[in-house]
Amino acid sequence: MIHAQIRVTGQVQGVGFRPFVYQLANELGLAGWVRNDSEGVEIAVEGERPQVMRLIERLQSEPPILARVEKVTHELAQASAGLQGFSIVESKSGKVRTGIAPDIATCPDCLAELFDPANRRYRHPFINCIHCGPRYTLTARLPYDRANTSMAKFTQCPACQQEYDTPTTRRFHAQPNACPQCGPHLSLFDAQWQPVAADDPIAATAELIQAGKIVAVKGIGGFHLVCDARNAAAVARLRNGKQREEKPFAVMVLNTLSARQCAQFREKDAALLETRERPIVLLRQSLACEAALPGIAPGLSSIGLMLPYAPLHYLLFHELLGKPEGADWLQQASPWVLVMTSANPGGEPLVKDDAEARESLTGLADAFLTHDRDILHRCDDSVMKWQGSAPIFLRRARGYTPRRIVLPFSGPSVLACGPWLKNTVCLTRGNEAFVSQHIGDLDHAGMRQMLEETVDYLCDILDVQPQAVAHDLHPDFYSTQFAQAYAAQRSLPVFAVQHHHAHIAAVCAEHRIDHPVIGLALDGIGMGTDGGAWGGELLRVEDARFERLGHLAPLTLPGGDRAAREPWRMAAAALFDLKRSAEIVGRFPAQGGAAIVLGMLQRKLNCVATSSMGRYFDTAAGLLGVCEVQGYEGQAAMLLEGLADRHGKVEPLADGYMITTDGVLDFYMLFAELADCKDAGYGAALFHATLAQGLSAWVRRAAAKSHLTHIALGGGCFLNNILSQALTDDLLAHGSHVLAAQQLPPNDGAISFGQACIALQHINQGA
Amino acid sequence: MSHGSGGRAMAQLISELFAAEFDNKFLAQGNDGALLPAANGRLVMATDSHVVSPLFFAGGDIGCLSVHGTINDVAVMGATPLYLSASFILEEGYPLADLKRIVESMAQAAREAGVHIVTGDTKVVEQGKGDGVFITTTGVGVVRDGVHLSGDLARPGDKILLSGTIGDHGMAILSQREGLTFSAPIVSDTTALHGLIETMLDSGVKLRVLRDPTRGGLATTLNEIAKQSGVGMMLHESAIVVNQPVEAACEFLGLDPLYVANEGKLIAICAPEDAQRLLEAMRAHPLAAQASIIGEVLDDAHGFVQMTTRLGGRRVVDWLAGEQLPRIC
Ligand SMILES: [Fe+3]
Ligand SMILES: [Mg+2]
Ligand SMILES: [Zn+2]
Ligand SMILES: [Zn+2]
Repeated sequence: MIHAQIRVTGQVQGVGFRPFVYQLANELGLAGWVRNDSEGVEIAVEGERPQVMRLIERLQSEPPILARVEKVTHELAQASAGLQGFSIVESKSGKVRTGIAPDIATCPDCLAELFDPANRRYRHPFINCIHCGPRYTLTARLPYDRANTSMAKFTQCPACQQEYDTPTTRRFHAQPNACPQCGPHLSLFDAQWQPVAADDPIAATAELIQAGKIVAVKGIGGFHLVCDARNAAAVARLRNGKQREEKPFAVMVLNTLSARQCAQFREKDAALLETRERPIVLLRQSLACEAALPGIAPGLSSIGLMLPYAPLHYLLFHELLGKPEGADWLQQASPWVLVMTSANPGGEPLVKDDAEARESLTGLADAFLTHDRDILHRCDDSVMKWQGSAPIFLRRARGYTPRRIVLPFSGPSVLACGPWLKNTVCLTRGNEAFVSQHIGDLDHAGMRQMLEETVDYLCDILDVQPQAVAHDLHPDFYSTQFAQAYAAQRSLPVFAVQHHHAHIAAVCAEHRIDHPVIGLALDGIGMGTDGGAWGGELLRVEDARFERLGHLAPLTLPGGDRAAREPWRMAAAALFDLKRSAEIVGRFPAQGGAAIVLGMLQRKLNCVATSSMGRYFDTAAGLLGVCEVQGYEGQAAMLLEGLADRHGKVEPLADGYMITTDGVLDFYMLFAELADCKDAGYGAALFHATLAQGLSAWVRRAAAKSHLTHIALGGGCFLNNILSQALTDDLLAHGSHVLAAQQLPPNDGAISFGQACIALQHINQGA
Repeated sequence: MSHGSGGRAMAQLISELFAAEFDNKFLAQGNDGALLPAANGRLVMATDSHVVSPLFFAGGDIGCLSVHGTINDVAVMGATPLYLSASFILEEGYPLADLKRIVESMAQAAREAGVHIVTGDTKVVEQGKGDGVFITTTGVGVVRDGVHLSGDLARPGDKILLSGTIGDHGMAILSQREGLTFSAPIVSDTTALHGLIETMLDSGVKLRVLRDPTRGGLATTLNEIAKQSGVGMMLHESAIVVNQPVEAACEFLGLDPLYVANEGKLIAICAPEDAQRLLEAMRAHPLAAQASIIGEVLDDAHGFVQMTTRLGGRRVVDWLAGEQLPRIC
């Protein structure tokens, strides 16, 4: 007989780990106990040596679905405690070291119960178990116990309590456990917030949706605005109310079979849609999509799709389909396509409670389906797509936060406050980095407040106080000002990090790279160390340092940020550079300001120069007449990618680029060609092909010169599949190692992470 | 005009020009300093250097601008401006005829405002070392009894009033300097505000804050007040009037009129119950016929100046570190 004291670390709390240990111990005939503590899970067992070793092995080889075991350590001794039976003992509080799990979609077992009329949770909209349900969004603090979640106010009924207390059930210590008797309740309000007297709020909601109404539905991480995606009038009304004329809406379908009516599919797309994290997945629209779903993703070749992830979503589909019996319908194709767009009116934070909904959705929604389980942390839907053989993030939030990223280095806790747009914040603890959910653009006071709340919350759940603060170089970013004020109040050192350096550092840290790399940042605009507007940068990055080896030939931004919203201005600037300014006014008859913009170009008035790759896309879109004024950020580039995709691959333009001796990559000849191109599809394909070719040659030249083989790709432009693929393929074919974003998006969502990594390396180097 | 002895001769000529144009008994004393009678009340003193290109623009020139700018800084303290000093830095070779026009314009502006230019100085710098003419003026005025205005007096709930359109001065200068023409000419709003301010004080309303949103525009001035008072603000875009050509020019040039300079507008902050009365008093004055209540003061530890936009959204109107740097990523 031996005694083993075992410690398990990783994502092991709130995921059914203790019942798993309990069952395992019973199966192996071991005595002892298991408990949660601040470091993870602690186990004491006594028994015969082979059984004990078997238990230790199986802890790692077959943990529960949601667990992520990182380390199992044990100490062996002679059995002496005389342990009897096996029990689960109370959590021990102390210094918090474990993480909270993300929010996970309803599991198959719960789904089966949900539609089993004999089950006591039949049609219970809050069904969950240790394998599924909300976690991050309803946890106030650690340890992850019911009292520390927004379920604290619901006292479990005897039946639920019994399950909760019984280690062999799927609901043993499932903190959000509930049933129709004791759990949260739905309520339905009309447009004026008067309660709707309905026996079944879900049935009443389904009727409203069928009638073409817009319903604000409280979900896991916030409210959605929901309507029938096939109803053009409803969609148009939603666009009007949301002040969102063109930006695509995400839709929800019952299952992948139902998705075929609007999207083209591959096996891997289905797999991504069905993952437990349930992101919105960008898929290629089917030919019938535009006609079937008018106004959902106007002009685009892709559509954002997701599958139900909360019981409430399933119940809505169930009602819409006329309450079919059994569970077979869950696997069958359904005609229903629902708009499920985040309720974040005017770019403010996602609405998370009734008070906020009342304030900002009244007048927009025809009804409100809400409930009394509080959302403590707003968390938007994540957005992903396949890029070649890897899924990549466009937005990382629900289902993924607060999953940690393990760093190749360690150090004091650093808080990094991120950029201006697509802001996230990042907090490190030792060699772990926690990137917050997508916060958004910091134009709004509400977003700024969310940033501050998120910082506080991260400090709480990680139980660390930052020892240093990192921020962007741009002085006007709220994140920069917040970082400086935060650091000043606490007398902490601050690190100002160049935007594109952060992009590259983020990719390198994800890949645990500890040697110099060539970094290619293709991006919108970030402030450079010279105060300039950078965005197409070739860098040599080594730990906390970088060197700018080259950049794209600068373009002129006539009207500053205005030129970023209006690609016709970029095209005008290109024509001016091509000595074809006489064409400017005639080419843009819809633009009343064309003559003025010409004057600005001649006088260099408010004409900032930028090396931004994003503006290269805008220039091409403007020259090809694809998009003169963008309805939303990135629209021109998305339209261009869609056109190139439909057109198919073409040969790059011969001599379409030039690399100067000082490392400047110039596409002057490409723009000259596009200015005369009458076929936008061909032009878009030519643009992508030539860019990829020029970029590859440029990068390879720099790599050879620096004797480096690793190329890190970062920046929002790498969301472009055609460019990313072509460039990556070419680099790989020439023997380079290509590093791309995986755990985080390539865009500014990763900036906070990159800032944190650079600050940590600075500190480690004694800077 | 030449430097050296010629320059001295020129300076002599200029002081004669000033004496003739600014003619008043204090200047006529002919001493190095002006001896002024005892003032009745608290004094306010303000100084401002005026550098503008072009020197002559639609709606004014550097001469009247240098009078208005300083008078307004005195007046927004709740004072009646009385005296000005004027200091000129002239670039060698600057045409005397143009200088005469500037001085005449200054003199007229001072007369209209009822202030005396009581002392002055002139220096001539080498060609290339100046930009034609620089004028620094210093003003002195007396505050009425019972009036106490300061940027730190805004309180949550207070209303924010604006006397008229914004962006006119800055865009007039810019369009003229760059030779840009818009659908209609853009005219600077440069003017002296103390008459309007007197009307406002006469209305019996208790004013808390008065400011003229000059350099940095409305946005910068409101942010300064918010910081000084430790409050936030909520503005309403629809209540802020921008002349159509100014609006169009800003749009074309990619500028935000909220950050463009004004030289004849003021911001007033008062208790909510006084706002309507103040608004009526302002609108009765020709310089504020387009006055409006543009927002409210909020309790906000961040000191954010927010704005509800015409599209129904909200955004923060930030205090920018410098130029409007591009930041779209
Ligand atoms: Fe970026
Ligand atoms: Mg002034
Ligand atoms: Zn479950
Ligand atoms: Zn129950």
